[in-house]
Formats: sequence, structure tokens, C-alpha cells
Amino acid sequence: MADGFVLEAEGLSKAFHAGGREVAALAGVSLGIRAGAVTGLIGPDGAGKTTFMRLAAGLLVPDAGRITVLGLDATRDSLAVQAALGYMPQRFGLYEDLTVQENLDLYADLQGVEKAARPARYAELMHMTGLASFTGRLAGRLSGGMKQKLGLACTLVRAPRLLLLDEPTVGVDPVSRRELWAIVDRLVKAEGMSVLLSTAYLDEAERCAEVILLHEGQVLDQGEPAAMSTRMAGRTWAASLPGTRNRELQAGLQGRPGVVDALVQGDHVRLVSAGREVAALQADFPGIDLRPVAPRFEDGFIDLLRQREPGQPHAGAANGLGVTDSGSADGVVIKVQGLKRRFGEFWAVDGVDFAIRRGEIFGLLGANGAGKTTTFRMLCGLLPASAGHLEVAGLDLRRAASTARGRIGYMSQKFSLYGNLSVRQNLEFFASAYGLAGQSKTERLAWAQDEFELAEFANHLSGDLPLGYKQRLAMACALMHRPEILFLDEPTSGVDPLARREFWQRINALARAGVTVLVTTHFMEEAEYCDRLAIMAAGRILAMDEPAAIKGLARTNYTPEPSMEDAFIMLVERAELKEAA
Amino acid sequence: MSQRGGRAMRLNGLVRKEFLQIVRDPSSIAIAFLMPIFLLILFGYGVSLDADHVPLALVAEAPSQDSADFMAALSGSHYFAPRVMQSMAEAEQALRLGEVRGIVRLRADFSRRMRQADGAPVQVVVDGVDANTARLVEGYVEGAWGNWLAAKAARSGQALNTPVELQSRIWFNSELRSRNYLVPGLVAIIMTLIGALLTALVMAREWERGTMEALMVTPASMTEVLLGKLVAYFVLGTGGMLLTVGLSVWLFEVPLRGSFWVLWACSSLFLLAALGMGLTISTLARSQFVAGQIAIIATFLPAFLLSGFIFDIGSMPPMVQVITHVIVARYFVAIVQTLFLAGDVWSVILPNAAALALMATIFLTITWKKSRKRLE
Repeated sequence: MADGFVLEAEGLSKAFHAGGREVAALAGVSLGIRAGAVTGLIGPDGAGKTTFMRLAAGLLVPDAGRITVLGLDATRDSLAVQAALGYMPQRFGLYEDLTVQENLDLYADLQGVEKAARPARYAELMHMTGLASFTGRLAGRLSGGMKQKLGLACTLVRAPRLLLLDEPTVGVDPVSRRELWAIVDRLVKAEGMSVLLSTAYLDEAERCAEVILLHEGQVLDQGEPAAMSTRMAGRTWAASLPGTRNRELQAGLQGRPGVVDALVQGDHVRLVSAGREVAALQADFPGIDLRPVAPRFEDGFIDLLRQREPGQPHAGAANGLGVTDSGSADGVVIKVQGLKRRFGEFWAVDGVDFAIRRGEIFGLLGANGAGKTTTFRMLCGLLPASAGHLEVAGLDLRRAASTARGRIGYMSQKFSLYGNLSVRQNLEFFASAYGLAGQSKTERLAWAQDEFELAEFANHLSGDLPLGYKQRLAMACALMHRPEILFLDEPTSGVDPLARREFWQRINALARAGVTVLVTTHFMEEAEYCDRLAIMAAGRILAMDEPAAIKGLARTNYTPEPSMEDAFIMLVERAELKEAA
Repeated sequence: MSQRGGRAMRLNGLVRKEFLQIVRDPSSIAIAFLMPIFLLILFGYGVSLDADHVPLALVAEAPSQDSADFMAALSGSHYFAPRVMQSMAEAEQALRLGEVRGIVRLRADFSRRMRQADGAPVQVVVDGVDANTARLVEGYVEGAWGNWLAAKAARSGQALNTPVELQSRIWFNSELRSRNYLVPGLVAIIMTLIGALLTALVMAREWERGTMEALMVTPASMTEVLLGKLVAYFVLGTGGMLLTVGLSVWLFEVPLRGSFWVLWACSSLFLLAALGMGLTISTLARSQFVAGQIAIIATFLPAFLLSGFIFDIGSMPPMVQVITHVIVARYFVAIVQTLFLAGDVWSVILPNAAALALMATIFLTITWKKSRKRLE
């Protein structure tokens, strides 16, 4: 390790067989990871992050290439490598029916930590993770954030020289996420540990000393995160056009020559231009106000991806044909009052009120377990409410759940597709399920295949599709019957940023056509694409407003430009203080 | 720290973890302790292969002293609950409706023919839907007829005119209680459940919940992980065995004629084989659903149907008899039935125990060879 690398990969390749097809998880990856720093392995689901981690831990054998960890060959000397590194798998590796203390004891036994050294180490870990008062609690009864910290403590029970963390922050609330990063930073600074951390959240890249961008099994780029942003300097703008709604402006900008990226963000459209020169744009949009803003890591990533795959996605025809409007006079399509839902002793949703107008994109933002999905299921009539009033498309869900359901399109987190049916068969099934037949069915099938560019995959099994296409198909199925309301439950979790943008373009187009969209997400930046959003925690709404106004809540002298995450954390902490008082 | 000390510590930790999980997991407790009790009660009280108060129609076409006498003899037996009917048509109707399981018909010339050399015919019509009861009814009526003739002959002071006199003596299960051979066989069923089904399930659970991946990156070897499971579920299986044997002997009063320690030793061999099967399944199936399916089809059902636990292997078709040789439970059922009802018959116990030892070795070796610290 004279060159200062704790982990080196050379021409590393690994493929998996799924349903007679070979999928390359990693294709010729070569990289080095520096000692004494946090390196981020960044990429969407299916980029090969977990495969890389497992190869490094000696749990998989590469098809080609070599991976060296702490000077040892991870494949041949896997036992020695495993004894030297700490690895936290995606699901933390905790025994849910064991208590916090019993989990720690088990991993201390397995890691060969001497009995005499344990009390001090335990105390240190419990202090660091804030779990000291929960040692007697079953791991299964901990919150997501606490499980994640316990998983980390178990991995650290004997201080490893290299720590591998596989997507430690996925689905965890922002407060816990910030705490985890504080712990990781401390380990690196105080103990000189080397950390390799994988994530699909691009905003985490900026916290790493170095990042590796992984896309479809290949390294897209490696370097300091700042370098990636710096490259974009002078090309990022906050655009607004007086008299034009942001969503219209975004639709006009997206896909134009000279525009790399355009996103609705709060009260402006965030624009990434292909060069520093924007005169052409200003000529096309007279009166456009372009204010330079600081580049972000994501801008660089998008730029790289666009260079690889030119060609803009087409999206826009929305729902095909006009939408029926059954909203009330004030335009309110979804009305929720005092909604509650109990599971045993636990209130998953504890008094929620909101009203959504026609054509609005309304977001529910919260961590796993905040009550978003439960609220959704009640709105779709899939789960009866314990208390409260629910009105969807002017219908009381208690009385006319099935009629209301006919006006709703629902796309669930897991996409609800039949994996062993082809794309066409899935579309046909959902068309029939919504009662389409004859001419209208033929028309809708043609529309779905054309609009979502699924025609070339029509005979593929939907289970074999790449994630982005699964998402498109699921959305096509949900739109089969031209619903006037669309429910989207965590629709973009794990897909790459380009697919997410394409997805949001479609959502915007639908909203422009008058479809009301309700979306849940735990991506902070995604919340900013909504017209209005509600921040949920522990079954309650903490704040509800336009994204810019919510961010404004967290504005202080120290943070003049607060992020959505800052606002979220501020709201959660304030709610906890109120609870304590 | 020495390598040895590390291994003892790791194994200790793994075994303790297994016990904590067993104690906290209601399904483990249910399979290990409630299931045996449930099965014992079911087989001890519910399922019986004996005939007891079987409803029977009696038709005497021309009632006479003799026919009344014979009917009285049938009524006196606890095997039957006879109902006298006036005509064959009425009896046939009752049989069709399932009200009676058989008809005993005494023809009009019963009394006259009875006194002839070739004897009087008694027609027995049996409901063959339930073959087992049908055969029992047939046999018991025949027996009752023979007894009645003999008693009648004795009363009239003359020897019965039969060329061969049969004196039957029933060995081992002299009361002919089916419970006496069903209940010991249950030990094999229960240990199959704990050893194969439960073990395959808990291994699959480690894969499903992602804890296996976490175990694999610790210094613990795969052998240690497997050994941890083996020790814990061996103890649990032994507990299930003791519970079953205890209840059999004290609650159901099944005699244990052989040595308890021989039973213990053979049970341990069988348990090792069952655990070997469970762990072998877990190397193939990494989801609890699939593991459960395989374990039930490959271990539990054969142990139930092909081990000789309920159905005698000797009366199976030859092809099926050949197949039973690969069913581990068959060797153990032979041992327990012998130990409970006959005693320490070494000529039965030793070859069967050797087969169990061989099977255990094969399955544990497969598991050990197949388990690597890799995720593929």
C-alpha cells in the first residue's frame, strides 16, 4: 500500500444470469481508493455498487480482473480480508429478535473482541450512536435510523481499517442521515479509518473526499466532488420568465439545443446550459431572467450522462385525450380531514388534513415509516380509515370506493407488474382490468406503447426490463383508463437521474393537461418539483406550503439559502421539542 | 488471542444467538413443543385404526331362535352397534345413506342349513369406501361367527366339526390398540419437523433478512455457522423427543419395553440425519417459502406416508417398498416401534441404526461440501 490505496480494482468484471439472460453488473472497472478518507461510490440502482462491495468483501468471485483490499487479494484470501475490514450490508445485518446488547455481544464474539476490552468499546459505540438508553430493546423495535446506527455499531465493534457501507442512508430520515455522516466523519478524522460508502443520493457526493461515479457497471468519472461542480461553473442559472408559469417555462426549455437540464425548483427553473454563452436562449425567450447560481454535483453528473446518451427523451402528449373533471366548484379534487389510521397500538397516520386542487402536483415528503404509504392506501380505498373524512374526485370513499377507484391511477412503490408477463400482456391486462375493450382498448394500447417508447420491448418479459423501463411501463399501466387523479408512491426511488427527469417531464405534462398528481417521496430534491408539499413525520403533517416557502422556514443568519433537508430537520426537531414540552 | 480461543468464542456466540432466537420466535416454540402435543392428542385420541361400535345392519329374513341368538352375540361385542332391520331393501338404503357401514344378512333357510355339514351361509355386505374399516368389519364378523359357532357347540356338548382349530395369540400389542404403534412413530414425525423443516426455515430466514451476508463477512467460518445451528436444533429436537416419549409413556400408557438409553442414542442418530436434510435443503433454497415447500415434500410427507408409521411397508407395492429405502424415517420408525413394543431386539436395531448413521453422514457431508462463504 505504498501508493496509499486501501482498495484497488483492475479490470474487474462480474455478470449475473437472470432468466437465461446475462446481465453485466460490472464491466472492466479499475479504480483505487485512498486511505484515511471517505470515498463515495455513487450511482443509481443497478449501477453495480452492491456487486462491487460484495467483491471487495470476498463474497463474490469476479469473472475477470482482480480486487486487492488492504494488500490482500479479496478473492483468494477472503477470510483474511474479512477479518480486517468492516462491512455493513444494505439491510444492516441485524437480528431483529435480539436486543441491541445481544446483537453487539454476538458480533463481538464473532469478531473475537476480548471480554476485557468490551465494556469500554460498547460504551464508546453507544455514546457515538446515541443508543445507550436502548440496549435492552429488541432491534426489530428500533426506528429505521436507530437500526442503521446499531448496524454500524455492530460493524465497528472491532475497529476495522477499512469500512464498507452499502447504501447506509437509503430510506432513512434526514436527521439520522446527518447523524450517520457525523459518525463517519469522526471515524475518519479521529481514528484514521478509510471508508467506502455507496449511495444513490447525489447530494451526499459533496460530503465525500472523493467520488466514483458508477453507471451501468462502468466508472463514469472519479475525482473530488468539487472538481465535478467546478467544471460546470458559469453554466448554471436560476431562470424565470414573468408572466409564464415555471412549469410551462421548464417544458419550453427542456430539450432545446444548448440546454443540458431544466428543472422546476421552488420559485424558479434551474437551468444548466451547454456552454457559458446563453445569448441564444435569451433571444428565444424575450424577457427571461437568468440569475447565475452555484453549480451542484448533480449538474456535472447529468452533463456526463447527456454526453454518453445524447438524444432527449420525448414526453409531452400527456394523457392522450382530455380528462373528465369531477372536482367541486372550488376546484378541490382531494379533500382529507382528520384522517387517522391505527395498526394495533400504533397510529401510523395520526390526524392529517389537506386539500388538493385540480391539476396540482402535491408531494408528501417523509422518511420511511412517516405514514405516507398508509395515507396513500386510504386515499385509494385500499385500506379503511380508522377515523376522519376522505373525499376523492367528489366521492366519499366510505360509500363509493370502487367508483372513486375508477378515476384514480395508482403506481405503487414496487410497480405492481407481472414479471413473467410481457410488456404487451401487462398493458392488455391492466386495460381489461379497467374495463377497456374494443376500439378504445386498441387505441390506449397503441398510445401507451408509443408515448412511453415501449414498442421495441413489447415482447420482453417485464421482469427482465431495466428499472427505468419498468417504471415507464408501470406508469403506462396506471394511466390506461385516463384517470383524472394519479397517485405515485415513491415512483423514482433508485432510478438514475436522467430517468427521473424524464419521469418528471411526464408528470408535468399530465398536470398541464389537468390531471391531479399526488406523489410521495423521500428524496429531498424531488420534493421541490411539486407545486405544494406536506412534510410528514410520525403520522402527522409538520408543514404544508409551496417548496420555497417551506425552505424559507429554516432561513437564519447562518443559513441564508437553506436546503429542503435543512427545513425538514428544523421541522422535525421543533416537533420533538414541542413533544418534550 | 489464539485461533482456538477465537473459535470457541465464535461458536459460543452463535449457539447463544440461536437459543435466544428460538425462545423469542413463537413459530419455533410452536413447531418444537405445541406441534408434538397436538399430534399426540390427535393420534392418541382422535385417529384410531380399530373398529369400535361400527354401525351395522342386521337382516334376518326368517327370524328364528338361531338367528336371534347370533344377533345377540354380535350386539354384545363392543366392535359393533347393530341395528335390526326388517328387509334387505331397508338395509341397502341405510348403507347407501352411510347410516351403516355393513349389512349382515341371514337367509330364510339359516336355521335349516346351519345344521348341515357345509354350514349356513351368512352374507356380509360391506361399505368398501373406507377400505380399512371394510376389512375390519369383514374380519370381525367372521370372527364373531366363528366364536358363536364354537360357543354353541360347547353348549350343546359336542365338539365343533372343523378340521383345523385355530388358536391365535397376539404378541407385542396384545390389546391390539393402534395407539400403541402410532404414538411411538410420532417421535420420528416430530423430529423430522424440528430437524428438517424448522432448520431449513431458519437458515432461509438468515438469507432473506440479509443477516447471512453480515455473518459471512465476520471471521466466523461457514462450518462454525452451520455448527451453531446444528447444536441449537439438536438440543431442541432432543427436547421434542423427550416430550413425546414422556407423554406416550405416562399419558397414553404405551409400554416402553426396550432401553431408554438405546432409544436416546438412536434418536440422536436420526436427529443428525434430519438436521443434515434440513441444512442440505437450505443450501438449495434461500427463501423461507421454497425451503418450507421442499422440506414438507421431501422430508415430512415421506416420513408420514412411507416410513411405516401408519401404513405397513410390507403391504405396499414392491416399487414403493424399494423407494422407502431412501426415506430416513423408515429406519427410525422400525427402531422406535421395536423398542416400545418388543424390547431391545438387536437384530432389528443394529442394521437400522447403521442405516441412520450412514444417512446422517451423507447429508452432513453434502451440507459441508456445498456451503461456501460466497453469495452465489
